[in-house]
Amino acid sequence: MAIEVLFFGSLVDTTAVSKLLLDDMHDTKTLKAYLEQKYPALRIAKYFEAVNGQMIQNNTSLRPGDTVALMPPFSGG
Amino acid sequence: MQPDDRYIRQLILPGFGVAAQDKLRAAKVLIVGMGGLGCPALQYLVGAGVGQLGIMDADTVSISNLHRQLLFNEQELGRKKTAVASEKMKLLNASVNIESYPFALTNQNALNIISEYDLVIDATDNFPAKYIINDACVILGKPFIYGAVSRYEGQLTVFNLPGNTINYRNLFPVPPAQADILSCEEAGVLGVLPGIIGTMQATEAIKIITGIGEPLAGRLYNYDLLQAHSYEIALLPGSNTITIDRQTFEQMDYTFTCDDHEDIPEIDVSEFIRLAQQPDVFVLDVRERHEYPSVDFSDAQIPMSELQVSIADLPEKAICVICHQGIRSVYAAQLIKEQRNLTVYSLKGGLTAYFNQQGS
Repeated sequence: MAIEVLFFGSLVDTTAVSKLLLDDMHDTKTLKAYLEQKYPALRIAKYFEAVNGQMIQNNTSLRPGDTVALMPPFSGG
Repeated sequence: MQPDDRYIRQLILPGFGVAAQDKLRAAKVLIVGMGGLGCPALQYLVGAGVGQLGIMDADTVSISNLHRQLLFNEQELGRKKTAVASEKMKLLNASVNIESYPFALTNQNALNIISEYDLVIDATDNFPAKYIINDACVILGKPFIYGAVSRYEGQLTVFNLPGNTINYRNLFPVPPAQADILSCEEAGVLGVLPGIIGTMQATEAIKIITGIGEPLAGRLYNYDLLQAHSYEIALLPGSNTITIDRQTFEQMDYTFTCDDHEDIPEIDVSEFIRLAQQPDVFVLDVRERHEYPSVDFSDAQIPMSELQVSIADLPEKAICVICHQGIRSVYAAQLIKEQRNLTVYSLKGGLTAYFNQQGS
């Protein structure tokens, strides 16, 4: 099983997809490096990461079937 | 009409009753922003019988508001939103007291105004206002209900609630550059979306005031209307937290920190050590004087609270700014860059990262 990556809000403008399925991502650091290479604009985007619905702040190991969410701030009202 | 007839449908709810209604009548809620989020939030809170409401907005009603701000109509174009809202809400429920603030929230007026209320609803549409609300509520110890939309998605959470004091800066320590962010004006929004999120903000306000249910604190709720899907993230208080004290709050230029500025290069510890040894690099420590430990590798210590008046005295060198966690230093570097045409850097992770690396 792959890792599921979810993009929210304005990040979808960068990725053009709201969801990706990726293999061989052993931790969030590897995943982030991969995503930033694939979508260079992510390097300057503001977002926090969550694994399986839990916000993370440090590199977190990933297992097949895990879901990683990238959540940017919204400001519209 | 019996006085209680008005609220009878909520009074008969299990777990609600007269006690909850009395709490609503005694409550004071400030709604910042009378737009897509603020209008429905206001209407439901007035309907529910919240005793004292403050409404704040500098804008007038415009035609492009009407697809989502259903409190207003075509006859009211050009009138102050707070004046129209206040008149209409008195017709809806004359027992509710409404205080109008027909101007924008700033770091100069926020503490005075917010201190009059128990709870704030962030119904604003821009990052400077969101950070002002956050920092003022943290300083004053007031809970606030954050809501925002982005195209077809909405976000909602309760911040700084006693017992769960996670706040906006735990998620996003520093405001994004305005250029990265689209407002409703630029991004577009379907009218129902802020209607849904604003109504949910009112819901959370009623829950917090009356004590029913579980407030949406410590969880960020995301709603995607296209998929009719919601996603929730459990939030963390986090280690990399910035706390803005009263003095810094009143001196900070919130407009600038969110404005379209060049990003400040954040350097890691090894790059910092390399730069700090160069004679043409000036290392500036912006921690307050009481902060420990003192370091021997900075060229000057000018606390963030005093920086504004000292920027002109900085030498014509590349400035590398350091602080405890690497957040204030980004602000300081932005200030310096704005006022002096110097190369600036900020030490990422601050002295915490520096000492962690030295110790490892």
